Amino acid sequence: MPLDTATVRRIARLARIGITDDEAGRLQGELNGILGWVEQLSEIDVEGVQPLSGVGQAALRMREDKVTDGNKVDAVLSNAPERAGPFFAVPKVVE
Amino acid sequence: MLTDLSLADILKGLEARSFSSVEVTDAFLGAIDALNPRINAFITVDGQGARAAAAEADRRRAAGEAGALLGVPVAIKDLFCTEGVRTTAASRILQHFVPPYESGVTARMKRDGAVFLGKTNLDEFAMGSSNLTSAFGPVENPWKRRGDDAVLVPGGSSGGSAAAVAAGLAPGATGTDTGGSIRQPAAFCGITGIKPTYGRCSRWGTIAFASSLDQAGPMARTVEDCAILLGSMAGFDLLDSTSADVPVPDYRAACGANPRGLRIGIPKEYHADGLPAEIEALWRQGIEWLRDAGCEIVDVSLPHTKYGLATYYIVAPAECSSNLARYDGVRFGERVPGEDLIELYERTRAAGFGEEVKRRILIGTYVLSAGYYDAYYLKAQKVRSLILRDFTEAFGRVDALLTPTAPSAAFAAGQKFDDPIKMYLNDVFTVPASMAGVPGISVPAGLDASGLPLGLQLLGPHFGEERLFSLGAALERAAGFTHRPALRAGIPAGAAA
Repeated sequence: MPLDTATVRRIARLARIGITDDEAGRLQGELNGILGWVEQLSEIDVEGVQPLSGVGQAALRMREDKVTDGNKVDAVLSNAPERAGPFFAVPKVVE
Repeated sequence: MLTDLSLADILKGLEARSFSSVEVTDAFLGAIDALNPRINAFITVDGQGARAAAAEADRRRAAGEAGALLGVPVAIKDLFCTEGVRTTAASRILQHFVPPYESGVTARMKRDGAVFLGKTNLDEFAMGSSNLTSAFGPVENPWKRRGDDAVLVPGGSSGGSAAAVAAGLAPGATGTDTGGSIRQPAAFCGITGIKPTYGRCSRWGTIAFASSLDQAGPMARTVEDCAILLGSMAGFDLLDSTSADVPVPDYRAACGANPRGLRIGIPKEYHADGLPAEIEALWRQGIEWLRDAGCEIVDVSLPHTKYGLATYYIVAPAECSSNLARYDGVRFGERVPGEDLIELYERTRAAGFGEEVKRRILIGTYVLSAGYYDAYYLKAQKVRSLILRDFTEAFGRVDALLTPTAPSAAFAAGQKFDDPIKMYLNDVFTVPASMAGVPGISVPAGLDASGLPLGLQLLGPHFGEERLFSLGAALERAAGFTHRPALRAGIPAGAAA
């Protein structure tokens, strides 16, 4: 089912990417092209096939529960667009 | 000329004190000064850092210290975080980002004494096959069609690394490969590149695109040079939960191993419709070369190959939409102010990301969204199981597979850019191995009728890199590919074509 522009806007909102009306129209065409192309997967029978989320050969490891790093406030904040003391600063969120 | 030397010969010359690291580093920095303004292979050149590291390497060598890459200058794809050196992922959103830490791969190379010349250009966040999506401008492929000065793309996403190595601006470089981003540009630029097994190289500090697929690997002019670099880059890292705790073998020694008696599979599905006759012919030639080397040739089938790309273009965007959520204008990266937090996010990401990145984030967000997850993402994960099963069954019968690397030679900028899907088709031969996590090497094997390089790809089972180096070296010896591009160090730019 092809995407309409309202759906494109909803996806962009979910992804937190601002788009203009022009862009919504152009993206609608491009996204529908890609989604139409991946439709070819519907011809494959995957009944009983387990989904594969990754191909790592390593099992997840446990490690000792202890602090190995820290106290690097200035390094952590060194690329902050805006900071207030030892904090990241953002526009007011709560009235 | 120092810039013509292979990485192995540079090491040999440094060991013999025929030249110093400072001298060889200066030679490459000079070549970069002369050619990079045109080729645009580097986003950031770190001449000062490189000279200091070279002087330190010379001091260490004089003191009797050794290191696998001691004093060897290399280029680093601008996707690896380098402490104190700007790292952009070729995106506007990271144009001023200076990492306070070092990636796992580059930390190992530094430990071994490598000298970093600078950071190479790429498709934005490694999403592309042409280098046309870089926010820092496209890279020019140093190769030219005979008698034609048209600008060709270097491939992507590791196009800056490939162009830098081909043009003699670095003897070797790091790349990353998510769906073909090392192998396809290596083929387009007439050099060698290997995507190792998933988990072979640490992903720590490599800017993430699709975490279940991303894998770092080396690019260089010879198979042996790639083996030297991978020996330094690979290895277990506690900081990457998918890093493989598997010993790193002597890859360089593997280049000299005789491939006689190995069984080589030829997957029939790779005879794709519309594959140029020249590429089919080169593939047949490659089969003959391996037969002559004593290999047994076996026809095999990978029936889900044709679904690799469509599966990839669900899985990779899904993972990218999640990974790139971190670029929110709050903790690092560019920020565009807004009235409230949501507006700040939306403006920051609208201005910071390019068209292809936005497209992939939106596709990924859609296929993961409520009501569509099962139809798209879960389905793609199931097909991915079938693709892995194809490879597992094939590697039960054969030791390696031989295929073309890409369905075309380098194309002109703009030639494929109008239609995203057309661009995606570049990776048709490289994506299936990425989906399965198996290693693949591209070796330059010949020129097409217009004089552009073409590559052949060898695929192996998980952790079969040694076999790929042995077979790759055999192909390299048989092909005797010594062609160099029109634009390269020591050749006046005006002399091209």
